[in-house]
Amino acid sequence: MAAKEIKLYQTGTFAVGNRLLDPEDRTVQARTERSNTLTSGHRACQGCGEALGARYVLDAAMRATDGRLVAANATGCLEVFSTPYPESSWQLPWLHSLFGNAPAVATGMAAALRAKGIDDVRVIGQGGDGGTLDIGFACLSGMFERNDDVLYVCYDNEAYMNTGVQRSGATPPGARTANTKPLGAGAGRDGNTFGQGKNAPLIAMAHEIPYVATATVADLRDLEAKVERAMELRGARYLHVFVPCPLGWGAASRDTIRLARLVKETGLFPVFAAEQGEITEVLKIRRRVPVEEYLRLQRRYAHLFAEPESRDVIDGIQAIADRNIRRFDLLADIEEGADLPGEAIDAAGLPEGQPPIAGRTEEESNLMRMLAETHHGAQ
Amino acid sequence: MDKPFAITLDVGSSLANKTGSWRTERAVYVDRLPPCQGHCPAGEDVRGWLYDAEDGEEGYERAWRRLVADNPFPAIMGRVCYHPCESACNRKDLDEAVGINSVERFLGDEAIARGWSLDPPATASGKRVLVVGAGPSGLSAAYHLARLGHAVVIHDAGPMVGGMMRFGIPRYRLPREVLDAEVERILDLGVELELNSKITDCEEAMEAGGFDAAFLAIGAGVGRNAYVPAGESAKILDAVSLLHSMEGEQPPMLGRRVVVYGGGNTAMDAARTAKRLGAAEAIVVYRRDRDRMPAHEFEVEEAEEEGVMMRWLSTIKRADEGEIEVERMELDESGFPQPTGEVERLGADSVVLALGQESDLGLVEGVAGIEVEDGVVRVGADLMTGRPGIFAGGDMIPAERTVTVAIGHGKRAARHVDAWLRASVWEEPPEREAAGYEQLNTWYYADAPRSHRAKLEIARRAGTFDEVVHGLDAGNALLEARRCLSCGSCFSCDNCFGVCPDNAVLKLPETGELNPHYRIDLDFCKGCGICVAECPCGAIEMVAEEV
Repeated sequence: MAAKEIKLYQTGTFAVGNRLLDPEDRTVQARTERSNTLTSGHRACQGCGEALGARYVLDAAMRATDGRLVAANATGCLEVFSTPYPESSWQLPWLHSLFGNAPAVATGMAAALRAKGIDDVRVIGQGGDGGTLDIGFACLSGMFERNDDVLYVCYDNEAYMNTGVQRSGATPPGARTANTKPLGAGAGRDGNTFGQGKNAPLIAMAHEIPYVATATVADLRDLEAKVERAMELRGARYLHVFVPCPLGWGAASRDTIRLARLVKETGLFPVFAAEQGEITEVLKIRRRVPVEEYLRLQRRYAHLFAEPESRDVIDGIQAIADRNIRRFDLLADIEEGADLPGEAIDAAGLPEGQPPIAGRTEEESNLMRMLAETHHGAQ
Repeated sequence: MDKPFAITLDVGSSLANKTGSWRTERAVYVDRLPPCQGHCPAGEDVRGWLYDAEDGEEGYERAWRRLVADNPFPAIMGRVCYHPCESACNRKDLDEAVGINSVERFLGDEAIARGWSLDPPATASGKRVLVVGAGPSGLSAAYHLARLGHAVVIHDAGPMVGGMMRFGIPRYRLPREVLDAEVERILDLGVELELNSKITDCEEAMEAGGFDAAFLAIGAGVGRNAYVPAGESAKILDAVSLLHSMEGEQPPMLGRRVVVYGGGNTAMDAARTAKRLGAAEAIVVYRRDRDRMPAHEFEVEEAEEEGVMMRWLSTIKRADEGEIEVERMELDESGFPQPTGEVERLGADSVVLALGQESDLGLVEGVAGIEVEDGVVRVGADLMTGRPGIFAGGDMIPAERTVTVAIGHGKRAARHVDAWLRASVWEEPPEREAAGYEQLNTWYYADAPRSHRAKLEIARRAGTFDEVVHGLDAGNALLEARRCLSCGSCFSCDNCFGVCPDNAVLKLPETGELNPHYRIDLDFCKGCGICVAECPCGAIEMVAEEV
């Protein structure tokens, strides 16, 4: 279900609320009666995208289920900052699991409810990208293949943040983390390696479960519509929410939403939904920007712009964005063919004469091979 | 212990943890000065009345009342104002400026159509004020003075009210029914109007009428003459008289080919009027080039659309019967035109001089303390002349000569006169920080192209004085109002309330007024600044906490 487009009202689809709109057409977050499922006093850092994302998702789910909702929560920032014993910020029945078994615990909760004959209480499992993509991955895949009646939400901030910003399977190429430190130009590694990591939403889709969707904290209407759609369905559902982390990314706390907006506008993070393994909707790019605009706001990419600039890595990241744009058809029709950096990569110095990699242009294929040689080799 | 199995401790809420103590900066709601208001010569609260108009049907009257608090002539403004508000509008950097002027006209026309009347004056002050001149400045001053409770009498030398709005602006730009309707509303407040009563000595008139103060706004109604060597039978007249004669008198016979000399808005009006009076050719002769022409771009465009021809870089050397001599000019390095000696002959049945206007300052001659310099009266910042109690404004003081500037003078003068009558001083409100484009987060505004006003077909303009520019209808006027970005002031979009990761923005009940219905909960605000970054209109700022 696509979010409703709001036309002709000063602020349209993008703002949280709008005094000119019928209260029924405003977002859940615009309502004073929203449940504030994650309430004030939590210890997340200033500008935490995950705290914001969790409230967005759970408030929407609470509304969709009339408050009949329980949650299992993997270890991670979200659990640590919300629930230091004996305090809790959660305003719903909430169970802390181990780091790696939140999907299985959620499955158990759903099974218990079924055994007790309760069918109107819905279950959410949630965790960060480390708990979901790495440590809890087997449990998650099991939950998917059994089609357990759980909505699993991954809040993706692209590294293990509460243990000190270590690389996860969701850390993007080129990014600095505690264990992907750039070694300096020519030393063979510029932050996280190209060609590694995994795409959890696509893997979830491969399970052909009822619903898979991605969202960011910058597109609230879209996010709420996706939660609502997920709660209309039964069976295994997966929602992957992009949540910037000011601390781990070295970004200004005020830029959290801006970064989430830019990651979608660059094409680096495609926002889409799929049902039964097939893509049903894609959020188009509204004001396309080159990846540099996104990268430069984050110190985890600062080494790419220090002298001498790692242009090849920046171009490589742009190539990822360009590929997403093609693969997910992210451009609105009129913007086709926009002239942007990265689309015309200087072919000089790149290996030639090899066939393109499937789904990539020749230039991108050459660039990928080159990056794999120079950067991958250092691992 | 009445607890479930294995539970020994109540759940404590994190609300006990006041994270506000982390903060080094706090978010504060501000109200910055939007560029439209900052650039309005009449000081209209443009953003404020657009906000009211955004509500549609139920907001139009509120919008109109907020508008007329500053300027009693919205329907006139919506036709003749050169809208510096739109030139300054921040939206021009996003797509195209908000059509403020067209919404203003819509509200003005609504008020006339629905017969809305002005709020009655405050309690009578017992003071009497003489206003000399029933043009935009005098009427504006009379209106504001009347609302402040003073008894006002306007004297005008002319046979009809309106000044330059009637005798300078042609009806195809300002239909007279509109002018009459908005003037009538002011007179309904109890303002007395005496026409055909030229004041020749203002001190004497004040004493005779028992006035406590006077506001002079006689305008600049005398066409400036330039010496053009002319043969006996050459027909030369000035633009001011030409436009004046369009009101009731017999319009002059101009002939087939009319040359207008000058490059200002009056020249355009004269040339367009000549076309409408039946001239086959109307040619504007101007000594500099188009870029240096004082006329407004859209006036030149409309004139050209109607077939008015332009002859840049030319002066008239001599006029004879049916023919003139024109000399080609060249701009020197400082942009000043210099003669070249190249002379050409041009057919012309009449020549209309539009070379600027002057004031007839007879009424202040001999008044002690009043100084005249360069043909205009000197006034202080409070618009008072050197003679205490006599104020002046409009075209007769040094300022840009537009209707809106004149109206602004009238408003300011009224405030100062009022203060002076109460033996006090009116202070201009302190200047507010300007709301710049860089403070906006334009992501949140809907993509909304501007609605332009339709114009009368060119073929139908030639022979008639029908209004050229049409108004917006209710539908697109509403859309146009809603294109306002509300620069620098909260318009209740709920973004701050929604985007705070700490639920530290509280939402208060809406009052319908333009001010924030939100409050920062300092118990929990960590000072991240997301609300500031994501506020579309720049109505929140971060302020360092005092340590």
